[in-house]
Amino acid sequence: MSAVAGSAPSARPASGAHETRADIVVVGAGPAGIAAAVRATEARRRVVVLDEAPNVGGQIWRHRSVDTLGTDARAWVDRLARTSADVRRGVAAVDVVVGGDSGDVTVVAERHLGGVDVIRASALVIATGARERFVPFPGWTLPGVTGIGGAQALLKQGATLRGKRVVIAGTGPLILPVAASLTDAGARVVLVAEQAPFQAVRDFALSLLTQPETLLQAAMYRLAFLRTPYAMGTWVTAASGTDRLTAVTVANSRTTWTLPCDLLCTGYGLVPNVEMARFVGCTTADGAVVVDDHQGTSVPPVFAAGELTGIGGVALAVTEGEIAGAAAAGVARVDPSLSRRRQALRIVARRMERAFALRQELRSLARDDTIICRCEDVRRAAIASFADSRQAKLYARAGMGACQGRVCGPALELLFGWQPGTVRSPLEPARLATLSTAALAGAASPDAVHSAGS
Amino acid sequence: MPPVTRGAVTISADGRPVSVSAGVTVAAALLDAGISAFRRSVSGESRAPLCGMGTCYECRVTIDGVAHRRACLVTVAEGMHVTTAAAAGAGTDGRP
Repeated sequence: MSAVAGSAPSARPASGAHETRADIVVVGAGPAGIAAAVRATEARRRVVVLDEAPNVGGQIWRHRSVDTLGTDARAWVDRLARTSADVRRGVAAVDVVVGGDSGDVTVVAERHLGGVDVIRASALVIATGARERFVPFPGWTLPGVTGIGGAQALLKQGATLRGKRVVIAGTGPLILPVAASLTDAGARVVLVAEQAPFQAVRDFALSLLTQPETLLQAAMYRLAFLRTPYAMGTWVTAASGTDRLTAVTVANSRTTWTLPCDLLCTGYGLVPNVEMARFVGCTTADGAVVVDDHQGTSVPPVFAAGELTGIGGVALAVTEGEIAGAAAAGVARVDPSLSRRRQALRIVARRMERAFALRQELRSLARDDTIICRCEDVRRAAIASFADSRQAKLYARAGMGACQGRVCGPALELLFGWQPGTVRSPLEPARLATLSTAALAGAASPDAVHSAGS
Repeated sequence: MPPVTRGAVTISADGRPVSVSAGVTVAAALLDAGISAFRRSVSGESRAPLCGMGTCYECRVTIDGVAHRRACLVTVAEGMHVTTAAAAGAGTDGRP
């Protein structure tokens, strides 16, 4: 099916679709998206914000009631609510076209429980954040194994963890607050395993002395779960159980041991969600979207803000969002104080990345029969002899499933050094009805229909 | 079905009435109902939420007749019918 081109936007009311004209469309309502939407509406632009989740906030500001949010988060969420921004939750952007006849941006979004939104705007701010990096190891597909962000998300969604024995394994300062919040929720965190060696953790902690506030925060989290063993230079090698997790095997450089547990949360860092940006042609480097001083990408009028431009944390995401929102609204000059803050936060982020680099042992945990692609149940032995991720996809279906390689892609890179393949529309699995709407709206690529149905 | 209490909703999880707090996601509701297998993988493994944020698609269930809904992205509603592929006994991931 080819895209319908050449007619005026308003003259193609796609059947069943809800069409909206805006100045700026923001994809993602996490800290960066919220800040961008706030700044853009304050500059009197009509803004539509799209997010998959039932509520704004993204992952770090996830909430069911604003009363549970911290001061900063609450302030931004409240500020967004006071703007004229048209915030749509529970919708997934499945297709985007930049340029074409009108020079506009068209975003097609599917509502989770039915319905299609088509938004046309003069600028696009991509604020799709990041996802967790998963390292495949024997047993990682068992129910009871989640990401640390996943566990925290499920907790905030209302799941009960009281009394559950939890092992947290991963790397970086993020695992500490998660351990603290799971403990607060009544879980028994029996081990926190940091894969980085003691020296790396200590050096990073010392480097934070220039940011006393951050250090203090980390220390407070540490105190909150003081009874929990925090083992550095330690990692999980396997999870076991029949039909659900019952135990994990843990290793350090000297020994391995097994301990019973109900929930294993792994956190091996974050992966920028660059799929939409790559789909529209934005240049990336080292897995992150390349942006200029205005957060502009290589494809005008597309801006990117937050974790997808490089993992840097919530403060950096907000700062980038503010800059992107203003720039998308046509404000020519970048606020110098925002620019300075962005630079300082990026330096800390790079330091963190170095301190918590993944150890070599994690690349060889998967055995021949360990599943690498969870959507298609592709095991390591089925792909190990291929040359790249494209071959693994074409011949063994790795990355062909519903998540479209979002989980196994970074794993393939870690295990084999393979770069992710081409991003195609639809950006998320979509219904055929959505795809036909997308085609009518002039937003579908010919590939869209072929890759439908998963 | 048990009476609906204030701030609570009742959903049907694999045919069983489950009372949960309003505002929780379907994923949280199923986990608290003791359901650990949300779907069966293509080779028949039980799978449950991994990422909790809409990325991994491991929490796919059928909600009110609509297949492949991500349980972590949908908030419960009174009378909602949720079916897991695991309960349906499917040996696949239930693709159409």
